Amino acid sequence: MKVASLVSRGHALKDPKEQLRVINSETPVLCTLPRFHQMLEQSGLYPLRPTGIEIFQMNLGYMCNMTCKHCHVDAGPDRKEMMSRENLEHCIRAIEQLDAQTVDLTGGAPEMHPDFEWFTERISKPGRKIIVRSNLTILVTNPKYRAFPEFFKKHRMEVTCSLPFYNKFTTDKQRGEGTYDRSVEALLHLNSIGYGMPETGLELNLVYNPAGAFLPADQAALEADFRTNLRRRHGIEFSKLFTITNLPISRYLEFLIQSGNLDAYMQKLVEAYNPSAAAGVMCRNTISVAWNGILYDCDFNQMLEIPVETESSRHIRDFDPEALNARNIIVDQHCFGCTAGAGSSCGGATAKA
Amino acid sequence: MENSYYNPKDLGKFGDIAEFEPQLAKKFFDYYGSVFEEGELTAREKALIALAVAHTVQCPYCIDAYTEASLEKGANEAQMMEAVHVACAIRGGASLVHGVQMMNKAKKLGM
Repeated sequence: MKVASLVSRGHALKDPKEQLRVINSETPVLCTLPRFHQMLEQSGLYPLRPTGIEIFQMNLGYMCNMTCKHCHVDAGPDRKEMMSRENLEHCIRAIEQLDAQTVDLTGGAPEMHPDFEWFTERISKPGRKIIVRSNLTILVTNPKYRAFPEFFKKHRMEVTCSLPFYNKFTTDKQRGEGTYDRSVEALLHLNSIGYGMPETGLELNLVYNPAGAFLPADQAALEADFRTNLRRRHGIEFSKLFTITNLPISRYLEFLIQSGNLDAYMQKLVEAYNPSAAAGVMCRNTISVAWNGILYDCDFNQMLEIPVETESSRHIRDFDPEALNARNIIVDQHCFGCTAGAGSSCGGATAKA
Repeated sequence: MENSYYNPKDLGKFGDIAEFEPQLAKKFFDYYGSVFEEGELTAREKALIALAVAHTVQCPYCIDAYTEASLEKGANEAQMMEAVHVACAIRGGASLVHGVQMMNKAKKLGM
């Protein structure tokens, strides 16, 4: 079935308030589940506080060449939101002010931003890690994007890309027909220029997220499976595998509702609450900048339009790390997705299950 | 029990069997937990074996539980179906191999 964005369909869930209402109180089961802040309280973590901004994450826009069934961004070809040159300039100032060691570029497909190369060149410097979150298929779309891996290499960017499984059936089911074959082509190309190969220092990481209403497998075990299978089937090499839990928002939330899995999935997340994963959640060391310059605790809060608490530094033009480090992080029921089992972050698991 | 012998909610009440006999229940669940720990077999291999056995004993609770467990241990759909075919092959083979007994008897009785 062809997937279209919630926005393009005028779906009720395109409204973040409706998403929050659903996960908080759509059914009797959801109403009786413990609240996330209560669990944090029991773990001695409430209010949740930052540990310092280590990762400067930027969402360059919601446009994407793909429309994956589980996308928490509701990205797609129809989405036109794109970070302005002005906001990019604000980001450059903030990155320099912080002397950020890690800049994480996401989207949509961040490569589709017309200023992607210009911006990367402006912030690239030795010792600074720039992560590009690529969907892989974009890299084999046309000659313009086929040239991107060489650009990544020039700036020694870390390429972190989505691959939900090492087979066609599962991958295409989640991300659309033909995705697996194009991903394999892109990975082989990245390998051919040194990405993911030992001793090149060019990191090529894969992101696994479950193709359904269940939690990810153990990260190390799954990494070993991916390595064995991708090597045997295609001769593909990669650096690390990150497991990410699907958060119950946006199109994944739509899937949970349609498939009748919402109650059971939320119960599963709550039952799997892990205090050590809660202590290691990524919102504590990350700041997320949206295309329109608004600052968020994480990319998920961005999609739910819950900006940082800090009124004086709520836009990138007013970036004030000191004020941001003094903020309380805003949590809601979707946060259970990052604290279940071994935990989940943009860098994979955060704890032992 | 009123409308059906099986209720999906009963799976979540498995632990309640301790209510009528706690000591044996404790022994069983301790043992059960140890069996499924990572050992010489991986947790995923054990989940797939459990899935195959679940189909052999045709326990809907077990099929429910170990379909989910297999996915959460990183198995894919094709691996899970292969596991079910293993159960099926052994089950079918177990019937068929007794055909040898039948043949032995028939040959003994026959001229």
